[in-house]
Amino acid sequence: MTDQTLTVRFFARLREELGTEQLTLPAEKDQTAGDLLALLASRGGAWTQLQGSQPVMIAINQAMAKPGASVKAGDEVAFFPPVTGG
Amino acid sequence: MKWLFFHRSPGVEMISIQTEDFDTGAEYSALRDSGAGTGAIATFTGLVRDSGDMQGVSGLFLEHYPGMTEQVISGIVEEASRRWDVRKARVIHRVGRLLLQEQIVFVGVCSAHRGDAFAACEFIMDALKTSAPFWKKELSDNGEHWVEQKASDLARGAAWK
Repeated sequence: MTDQTLTVRFFARLREELGTEQLTLPAEKDQTAGDLLALLASRGGAWTQLQGSQPVMIAINQAMAKPGASVKAGDEVAFFPPVTGG
Repeated sequence: MKWLFFHRSPGVEMISIQTEDFDTGAEYSALRDSGAGTGAIATFTGLVRDSGDMQGVSGLFLEHYPGMTEQVISGIVEEASRRWDVRKARVIHRVGRLLLQEQIVFVGVCSAHRGDAFAACEFIMDALKTSAPFWKKELSDNGEHWVEQKASDLARGAAWK
């Protein structure tokens, strides 16, 4: 059986405010990271900030990506605030 | 192509993401053990200070994206090795809860000459701050606060492009 899902991970302020570290979503055809953000933002409440005024960074399979980048089954997609290490 | 041997050979780059503290003396010794061609070692250590976005900071909580963090830093060190003579590079970044004045980050580079060592060390640190997936939360008696990315850090990172 092929896994037709993708994993979404959240970090730092987003992880805390969404109360979610990780979730699994069905993978759709011709889907982009931006589509995932819109889908999740439509949950309302704290989730709307995924399409709010604060920037949300995107990584696909642990590499930085743009909202227009496509996502597919098996991918690990991460959303997080701008980084502040060092 | 001149430095291909140096940045491809094993043991040249050491990257560690850890909760434990580190010993800058031991790091310096490891950098010094890089052959008779090394003429310069530059190191940087970052500490937890009492003021950032907030005053009265009592500590930090540091979160990272395991796996991606190491890949990003490795890419940064490789870029530094393409631009400057980097004979050895060591990068340590701590995560978890850190108290005031504790060590957060270490970057050490050895090169034939000081110009390359200074530049590569500063570049690695600036690039780490703007692209490695770490997030800092300031802790104080008045509550907690996720640190905001600074325009000045972005400008420093962009200045190397």
